[in-house]
Amino acid sequence: MKKNMNSFADTWRRHKYKYIMIAPFGLIFVIFTLLPVLVSIVFSFTAFNMVEAPEFVGWSNYLDLIVYDSVFLTAIKNTLFFAIITGPVSYIMCFLFAWMVNDLPRIPRAIMTLVFYAPSISGNAYLVWKLLFSSDSYGWVNAWLMKLGITQEAVQWLVTKEYIMPILIVVQLWLSLGVSFLTFIAGFQNLDKSLLEAGSVEGIKNRWQELWYIILPSMKPQLMFGAVMQITSSLSVSQLSIDLVGFPSVGYAGHTILTHLHDFGNVRYELGYACTIAVILFLIMMFCNIVVQKLLRKLG
Amino acid sequence: MKLFKFISHKLKQRKLKRRNRSLGGDIVLFVVLGLFGLFSLFPLVYTIVSAFKPLSEIFIFPPRLTVDNPTLDNFFDLGTIIEDFTVPLSRYLFNTLVITGVGTFGTVFLGSMAAYPLAKYEFPGSKFMSNLIVYALMFSTSVTAIPNYLIMSGLRMIDTYWAVILPAVGGTLGLYLMKNFMVQVPDDMLEAAKIDGASEFGIYFKVVMPLCKPAWITLVILSFQQMWGTTGGVFIYSEELKPLSYVLSQLASGGISRTGVTSAVSLIMIIVPITVFVISQSNVIETMATSGIKG
Repeated sequence: MKKNMNSFADTWRRHKYKYIMIAPFGLIFVIFTLLPVLVSIVFSFTAFNMVEAPEFVGWSNYLDLIVYDSVFLTAIKNTLFFAIITGPVSYIMCFLFAWMVNDLPRIPRAIMTLVFYAPSISGNAYLVWKLLFSSDSYGWVNAWLMKLGITQEAVQWLVTKEYIMPILIVVQLWLSLGVSFLTFIAGFQNLDKSLLEAGSVEGIKNRWQELWYIILPSMKPQLMFGAVMQITSSLSVSQLSIDLVGFPSVGYAGHTILTHLHDFGNVRYELGYACTIAVILFLIMMFCNIVVQKLLRKLG
Repeated sequence: MKLFKFISHKLKQRKLKRRNRSLGGDIVLFVVLGLFGLFSLFPLVYTIVSAFKPLSEIFIFPPRLTVDNPTLDNFFDLGTIIEDFTVPLSRYLFNTLVITGVGTFGTVFLGSMAAYPLAKYEFPGSKFMSNLIVYALMFSTSVTAIPNYLIMSGLRMIDTYWAVILPAVGGTLGLYLMKNFMVQVPDDMLEAAKIDGASEFGIYFKVVMPLCKPAWITLVILSFQQMWGTTGGVFIYSEELKPLSYVLSQLASGGISRTGVTSAVSLIMIIVPITVFVISQSNVIETMATSGIKG
């Protein structure tokens, strides 16, 4: 026991400043981020309608969700399909565009960064897509298609089952140059320039070799960060779907895990069930993260 | 002769800089950047143009990306509406400035200060904390809003600025971003500073932060944008504590007769984040050009 106390005091003495530097953030994090998450996990085992006190129901929410809720299965299918395409594609886009922008001289680089980031600056810029895909002949896409004689009638873009998912994917890709893109740009600026010059002397011949042998290995921390961002954003699509194709969408074609959560949390006030959905989504993201981090470690 | 020397010197420098670059590659690069750029710019141009459209042009279908008779009517209409507010506009602006200022500063400063020990040292609990930070990013914030509200009311912070500032500061995105950049700061630089007698805080503030400037400037942009857009929701209910975003979004939801005013509002709402973005981005590039320090 005494030895334990000693090692505790010893740890404290050696690392005191580190703990002190973490403490202010740590305190706020524990109270306003960690605690709410833990409470939500506890709620996921209860029936809670926000009026009466939560009632413990064990695993029954999980059972209902996974076994009996057929709409949830559609939601999972849609979300995974959406994420498998938009996640990797927009990750690669972020990196390539950051790389290309980085090749520009100073002023054009600043301008192009702003241009590419523009869709992410205002939270609902994607609403212009609603104008484009309006279902009557006043929508821009329909107006052009009819003018050019490709179609005779207006296409019901946002309320046709087959078109919903592709449109959501296109809009998400258009939105993709956001947080990860800015991080990669910052990463390029932090890059050790002498490494690139050394590479040039060592016989690196073109920009692809430079990318593969020098840039990718030395930007691993940023790539890891970008991957986490991509996982969380591509799997938590909801507002985009609700705003563009409505809620509920036709034939549940735009229904995702988070719109399902929105249904139970904000429409039906079944908070316990909504928390269960959040926990399942959390587990899916954790799993994806582990897989992606393993893959990234092999890089370069 | 002198001029010629100067030019050839410049060209040589150019050549050095543009190592490993083929002309063909450059052309492809510009075409791709240009095309996607046009595509990205569309909503921005649309927002700007709409704000200056007179009523007669707003409702033309299909909508146009051009304006024939630009006018400031929308802004004047907005001004008339604002004059009738019970709470003066300057009060909303003040609230937004406090929330955005304190929130952004808190996120960047506290987050990066905690990121430094986690990035550069191993100590009991450091692995656990690092994992916690990543996984905290993955829990849906739409369900944690309810427990958060309960905690806030327990602490009697509902209807204060803190109700929107603290949850934002407690988010882990900033810390995770900073940590991933700080990992790259070379260890021997920290050692050198220590030998010079710098404290841990001194190293963080005088060595690590300057080296990670591109990272924290990025964080300033992200955090500013988030705080600027916050409406307070149910966490702030007193009219005189509401931020600007709230009142502007109220105006925008005023129906079809407000369409013109709405476009003016949209322009005002994005012009500030864009300005912050441009100022901070050009700042990153300048500092990196003047100081090339990297061990």
